[in-house]
Amino acid sequence: MDFQLSEDQRDLRSGVREFCEGRFDRERMRALVDTAPVPGMVDRALWRELAETGFFSLRIAEEAGGVGLGVAEAVLVYEEAGRALLPGPLVATHLAASLPGRLGEEAAAGDVVVGLIDGESWPLLVEHLDALDCLLVLTDDGIRRVDPALVRGTSVAHPVDPFTPVTAVDELPVGEAVADARVVAEWRRVGAVLTAALQLGIAGRLTELATRYAKEREQFGRVIGGFQAVKHLCADMLVRTEIARAAVYAAAVTLDDPAVGDAEVAVLTAKVMGDDAATRNGKDATQVYGGMGFTWEVDVHLYVKRSWVHATQFGAAEENEAALAATL
Amino acid sequence: MDLRYTEAEEGFRAELRAWLDQAVPLLPPKPDRNDWPGRRAYDTAWQRLLFDAGYAGLHWSVEAGGKGATPTEHLIFLEETERAGAPYVGANFVGLLHAGPTIDAAGTDEQRRRYLPGILRGDDVWCQGFSEPGAGSDLASLRTRAVRDGDDYVVNGSKIWTSHAEVADYCEMLVRTDPDAPKHKGITWLIVPMDTPGITIRPLETVMGTSEFAEVFFDDVRVPVANRVGEENDGWRVTMVTLSFERGTAFVSEVVACQRLLHELAALAKKVTRRQETAWDDVALRRELGHLTAEFEALWALTKWNVSEAQRSGVPGVGGSVFKLRFSETKQKVYELAHRLLGRAALAVDDVAGLPGATLMDERLSSLSYTIAAGTSQIQRNIVGERILGLPKER
Repeated sequence: MDFQLSEDQRDLRSGVREFCEGRFDRERMRALVDTAPVPGMVDRALWRELAETGFFSLRIAEEAGGVGLGVAEAVLVYEEAGRALLPGPLVATHLAASLPGRLGEEAAAGDVVVGLIDGESWPLLVEHLDALDCLLVLTDDGIRRVDPALVRGTSVAHPVDPFTPVTAVDELPVGEAVADARVVAEWRRVGAVLTAALQLGIAGRLTELATRYAKEREQFGRVIGGFQAVKHLCADMLVRTEIARAAVYAAAVTLDDPAVGDAEVAVLTAKVMGDDAATRNGKDATQVYGGMGFTWEVDVHLYVKRSWVHATQFGAAEENEAALAATL
Repeated sequence: MDLRYTEAEEGFRAELRAWLDQAVPLLPPKPDRNDWPGRRAYDTAWQRLLFDAGYAGLHWSVEAGGKGATPTEHLIFLEETERAGAPYVGANFVGLLHAGPTIDAAGTDEQRRRYLPGILRGDDVWCQGFSEPGAGSDLASLRTRAVRDGDDYVVNGSKIWTSHAEVADYCEMLVRTDPDAPKHKGITWLIVPMDTPGITIRPLETVMGTSEFAEVFFDDVRVPVANRVGEENDGWRVTMVTLSFERGTAFVSEVVACQRLLHELAALAKKVTRRQETAWDDVALRRELGHLTAEFEALWALTKWNVSEAQRSGVPGVGGSVFKLRFSETKQKVYELAHRLLGRAALAVDDVAGLPGATLMDERLSSLSYTIAAGTSQIQRNIVGERILGLPKER
């Protein structure tokens, strides 16, 4: 057993981090949210560049033109995407890339933006509808492909996450079947783990932001990070992040190699701990920043809001915790 | 990232499992919690069985008489031992996990020869004389004095929270040898035989009404200078080198035990009723059990992460504090839940109406200590904040 990053995995992680910092740095991230009108959060050029680095084709076999890696590598990439707060339906497009045929190829190449919803819940809200080339609808029976232009609904005026425009859907066209129930089950697992990885990235970034601020901000004549009340908030954030990291990485490895554990339990655990770390770190980071943390100017709220979006995707805490109890 | 055990590791597991299957039934019935001589006999008998089978001091160096097992093999050992219902280190805790490794790392050849075999065989039980009434979390402010007099140190003072003191043969002890030095200097590490004249042991009664630990008084106790491990006034460094061993794999058995306990609590929840509904019918309660399941699954993954890190680097990482902090607080929540599940059966630390109250309420009371013992949660948060995140010290 060697549950640590391999040399290649470390290189992959630092490569993706460098890419994100180069192409979607804070300035660009802030420019998008401070000046760009909603919708328009998916930048097609950046989407293709993401595809070139393997964001969508990472798990496609090499003979099929992909990178040929596993979920273990994908979580490292999506952790970095979460850390950089990259907008867009990244996980949905990544999953779509595994479909046979043209849609899969185009998704892998970053030529299309693919959205995804679980059609068996109400109310039904679709993220990034205006930017989508294709919307995939998951049900227990299979996956249907729907033309986004034919979706009837109302675009929401004030999405909670300014990077994630949403549409409340009244009615979905039936669409055409593109995959069966077996694929749905696999997508739900991989989707949950990759979303948990995004949450892990957010949790880690929030820990960094709060800790950095705690080392700079002075009150009562000294930096606030010296006070136990503040230090302990930061410590709790790190602990949550590291617990979530272990859970997310273990789930990814288990999906790649089901012999090493119970995939069902590992996936549910990853999502529960990822959601927990990101959302609670969001609250604590806001607290460390004090009044500044409640302003639009400080980035913390953007991470908080994104973590709330992800917490609703691929299983909310209520469902996942109840599902875990059912394994007892 | 590889969670697959190697062929050699799987082989080790199979061999160990086969041995446990035949060894565990050889153990006598478990003694009462308050029966210290009984507990000593039980734990040392187990240690002797381990020794005879070649499993004693698995994680110790070969030079120290151990097996030089990898951290992963140690993890497998603890996991299998717990699954088989075999005892954990018990009364041998200090000797095996702390005093032994410290003597191996910082002692003389003579000290290694003299003290290590007795620990491995289960002949000698050790206790830990670190904490004092005025020096708990602030361990370095300890005041027990040792004054050099010829070939002896003369020790005066008192220690507290000393588990197994009543039945221990030796005490690993920190004493102040230079009161004028800064508080982390001026401390020396001594081996003190517990039958030395001048030592008085007074058991302390815990919230469970048991004598889990004792206060130990030292009145002109003469300890040979030859019993000093490391240099005079260098005891703090000697201690810190080995204290982290306690945190590396110390909780492996407990994580496995907690995972099993959650299954037992689910069964209990299906049994107890309130107004004709079982506790299990309550979705909020099921969610709580589900959340705790996720916590221990994640803590188990973190254990493997930390063990793999230790295996790569050869030293336990700072991850121990992260683990200890979350584990102790989460384990406490499990017993809080057990307490609520028992309902009015929780009025007794006995089995009432066929419910396992004797164990659960005993552990519920005991759980109050989890976030205090082996470094309080507040101290662990300071360690995480200062040593991992680099935040400044208070003051």
